Amino acid sequence: MTKKEKNLNTNNKTFFIRVLQSLKRISPVYLIFVVIYAIVGYLNPNYRTFDGIFQFLRRSSPTVILAIGQMFVLVTGGFDLSVGSLISLVLFGSSILLGNDPANLGKTLAIIMGIGVLVGLINGSAVSYLKVPSFITTLGMLLLVKGAALYWVGGAPKGYFTENFRMFGRGYIENLPIVGRFPISLIVMLVIAIISYIIFHKTNFGKSVLAIGDNVRTSRLSGVNVRLVRLMTYVISSAFAVVSGVLIGGFGGISQTAGTGAEMQAISAAVLGGTALTGGKGSIPDTIFGALTLEAMFNLLNLLGLPKPYRDAIQGIIIVGAVAYGALSRRKDR
Amino acid sequence: MATTSIKTASNNHNWFKKTIRKIPPVYYFLVIVFVLFAILDQLFADGQMVSNPNIMMNIIIRSVALGIVAIGQTFVMIGASIDLSVTYVISITSVMSSYIMQGDPTKVPMAVIVVFILGAVVGLVNGLIITKLHVNSFIATLGTSLILKGMINASFANFAGEIPRSFELLGYGKIGPIPISILLLIALVAVGSFILERTKFGSHLYGVGGNMEVARLSGLRTDRVLIIAHILCSITAVLTGLFVVSRIRAGAPWIGPDGVYDLESIAATVIGGTALSGGRGDVWGTLAGVLIFGVLDTAFNQLGVNPYLKNILRGAIVVLAVASYTVRSKKDAS
Repeated sequence: MTKKEKNLNTNNKTFFIRVLQSLKRISPVYLIFVVIYAIVGYLNPNYRTFDGIFQFLRRSSPTVILAIGQMFVLVTGGFDLSVGSLISLVLFGSSILLGNDPANLGKTLAIIMGIGVLVGLINGSAVSYLKVPSFITTLGMLLLVKGAALYWVGGAPKGYFTENFRMFGRGYIENLPIVGRFPISLIVMLVIAIISYIIFHKTNFGKSVLAIGDNVRTSRLSGVNVRLVRLMTYVISSAFAVVSGVLIGGFGGISQTAGTGAEMQAISAAVLGGTALTGGKGSIPDTIFGALTLEAMFNLLNLLGLPKPYRDAIQGIIIVGAVAYGALSRRKDR
Repeated sequence: MATTSIKTASNNHNWFKKTIRKIPPVYYFLVIVFVLFAILDQLFADGQMVSNPNIMMNIIIRSVALGIVAIGQTFVMIGASIDLSVTYVISITSVMSSYIMQGDPTKVPMAVIVVFILGAVVGLVNGLIITKLHVNSFIATLGTSLILKGMINASFANFAGEIPRSFELLGYGKIGPIPISILLLIALVAVGSFILERTKFGSHLYGVGGNMEVARLSGLRTDRVLIIAHILCSITAVLTGLFVVSRIRAGAPWIGPDGVYDLESIAATVIGGTALSGGRGDVWGTLAGVLIFGVLDTAFNQLGVNPYLKNILRGAIVVLAVASYTVRSKKDAS
């Protein structure tokens, strides 16, 4: 086809084709989510009620928050594999800091957030300034943070969470018109989602994150402080992991394995939402629906009676499949 | 007469110099680490690290498990690839072999054949995903690792089966005063070194790792080279799995992740002088990297370091050790 013909074609495009093409630009994750949720709702009528939908969203909120944080790092072309251990540290540490006294809540939240930011700073500095590849840095931190969590509690988590700590994860705002009750964790999730949307899609910082993932050299030449921006993405990821950990503590309570494997859920969710693991591509709404899709899949696995470990296998297939699909379609474009 | 003797003398001298120069610098580092911890041991513990030959032997035996798989990791890393799935290949090998053996010596050959085939298949799949689907090696092997993890945890929850007495020979047997396991490690390092330095495949691997495009343009079947490297790596993971199961007498799903073989084999390889970007490195260097980890492990035991604190130190050491190589590189990490 010559250039002229191509131009003619685009001019002659009907309205219908244009609509189709703009639909094509919408991530397929929304369709996948609707299909899977429909199957889940078909198998279990509970999922069709307002309360059921809120339950689902409430249970998904930690994964959503974690996935958003992870997406910031993935978009720069890195990984944060330490978030799962960080959640363990948050839960184990909170059980000690709370000391079974509700009055300690403020202090506890401040300290664990401080720890989270510190972990993010270490991850980010090692990657940005020591130039250690992110998967080695964050795998090392995974080991280190998990060790720190177990060292802190002396091998096994002790105590319990006070009610006001658990409220974030399992509390509801009661007596609302129409919907009945509204989960607090969903409010936390929405606030985080809106803030991240503004940061990622509306600010210069967000554009710098994307630019780094796309091409480090050109973004540096155009004046982006590559190292600082990269560092900040790890801080965001860690801080969101802390928030996610507090929510998980709310409905799951405390257990030895809490948080284990969360990093893979976050990566799978972000990838389902179309985030490119090679960097340079990502979107907050798509990532949120990626996380919801992953959670819907887990619910489906439960309803089908498959053992929990298959979740790992599914995540593995998602990650490899999505990346292979992306790599192959990019090659076709060339 | 006189001149010839002078000639041989100078030849000898040159040969000596050449050998010295051939010793990778990491061996000096190994000696420094050993001396440092031996002094700490003298000051703060019973000082048996130097005086007790059993402890020296222990350092080496501890290094065998990591050492075998690190040889494979060196191969893939020279090819500018990486293998994170070794952890679960080790787990699957240990569980499958002891499950098939069930303490029956006649079933040993069957079990060994099955796990080797399994390992080769995993390596083949890794290689195919990386070369044919063009998925980044880190993501591909992370994905296969998750899939293996899901499968193994869905099928086994605890120790499965047991190995017959005769199979313990691999872990505990001795030829004269020297443990078989150490001979195995040395033999494998020698074979690995021979393959890398003396065979066509070895030089092709360096070529592929150094510059994939140049290697392809000069007519190498780059895909095939990488796939073979991945199969070899998985097979070394199988050998490690067999060695570990012969030491602890029964396989369990957590054997791989507990040993952190993925991260530590990569770290040992990097410390041993293999470039993260590929194209450079050798197995003798890796052996020194592995021995450094062995020394640290034994020294921590001698000094009575808390096991959780040990993990904190391990994580920090891995990151800092890799950082000492990457910090000078001009390229940014991601």
